[in-house]
Amino acid sequence: MNEFFAMGGYGFYVWSAYGVTAVVIVAEIVAVRARRRAALLHARIAGSDDARPAAPTGSVR
Amino acid sequence: MTLNWFRLASPATFYPVAGKLIPWFAWPAALLACVGVALGLAGAPTDFQQGDAYRIIFIHVPSAWLSMFLYLVMAFWGAMSLGFNTRLSAMMAQAIAPTGALMTFIALVTGSFWGRPTWGTYWAWDARMTSELILLFLYLGVIALRSAIDDPRRADRACAVLSLTGAINVPIIYYSVKWWNTLHQGASVRPGESKMATVMLVGMLIMSFAAWFYSIAVTLHRARSIMLERESGSAWVNALAETRP
Repeated sequence: MNEFFAMGGYGFYVWSAYGVTAVVIVAEIVAVRARRRAALLHARIAGSDDARPAAPTGSVR
Repeated sequence: MTLNWFRLASPATFYPVAGKLIPWFAWPAALLACVGVALGLAGAPTDFQQGDAYRIIFIHVPSAWLSMFLYLVMAFWGAMSLGFNTRLSAMMAQAIAPTGALMTFIALVTGSFWGRPTWGTYWAWDARMTSELILLFLYLGVIALRSAIDDPRRADRACAVLSLTGAINVPIIYYSVKWWNTLHQGASVRPGESKMATVMLVGMLIMSFAAWFYSIAVTLHRARSIMLERESGSAWVNALAETRP
C-alpha cells in the first residue's frame, strides 16, 4: 500500500496533480449549486406578488 | 416526429429540457471518472522512461483538450448570438466560460506538476505553455468583460467579439509544438497511429469522455441558473413550479 502512495518516488507530483484537480472540480460543483439556489431565490422574489408593480391603469404598454 | 430547433432556442423551452439532460451527463461523468482514475493510478503499468510521474497524463491531456475545445464552443455560441441575435446562444457562451477557465487551470497546474520531475522545472516560457496561459487570460478576460458591462445584451456582443478574436489562439496552442522548438513534447495520440500502450490509451480516452460529460453537465446546470437570473420576473419563469414560494 505504501508503495502505491509513493508512486515510485513521484508521489508528491502525482498526488498534487490529482488533488488540485479534485479540489477545483468539487469547488465548481459547490459554486454552481450555490448559484442555482441564489437564482431560484431571486426568481421567487421577482415573481412574488408584492414585488410586482401595481397593475398599470391606462398605461401606454 | 419533427423537431423544431428554433423552438428549442428559447430559454422557456430549453430550461426544462436542460434540466432533464443534466443527470444523463452527470452520472456517466462520475462513473467514467472513477473507472478512469482507477485505471490511471493503478491499472496502467509504470512507464519505462518516466516511472509513475507519467500518470498525470490521465488528467493533463483530457483537461488540455477540453480547454481548447470549450473555447471554440464558446466562440461558436458567441458567433451565433451575434449573427442571429438569439438570447440562448449568448447564455450558453456565458455558461461555458467558467468551466473553460477551470479546464485551462487544471491543464496548467497538472502540466506544471508533471514538468518538475521530467524536465526539472515547474514552468518555462515555451510556446505551448505560454499560449495555454494566454488561453486562461482570454477566459478570465471574457468573464471580467461581462461583469464590467451592466447591460446584458451589450455584454453579450462585447464578449462574443472578444471570444471570436481570441479563437486565433486555439490553433496556435494546438500547432505550437510543431511550429516552434518547444520543451513540450509533440502529440502522443494521432488518428491511426499511437505510441502509447493500449491500457494507457484506453484510460486516457475514458478520462476524456468523463471530462466531456462533466463539462456538458456543469455547463447546462450553470446555463439554467443564468436563464433564471436574466429572465426573472418574466412570465415563463414565474410559471415554473420551482420558482413559486
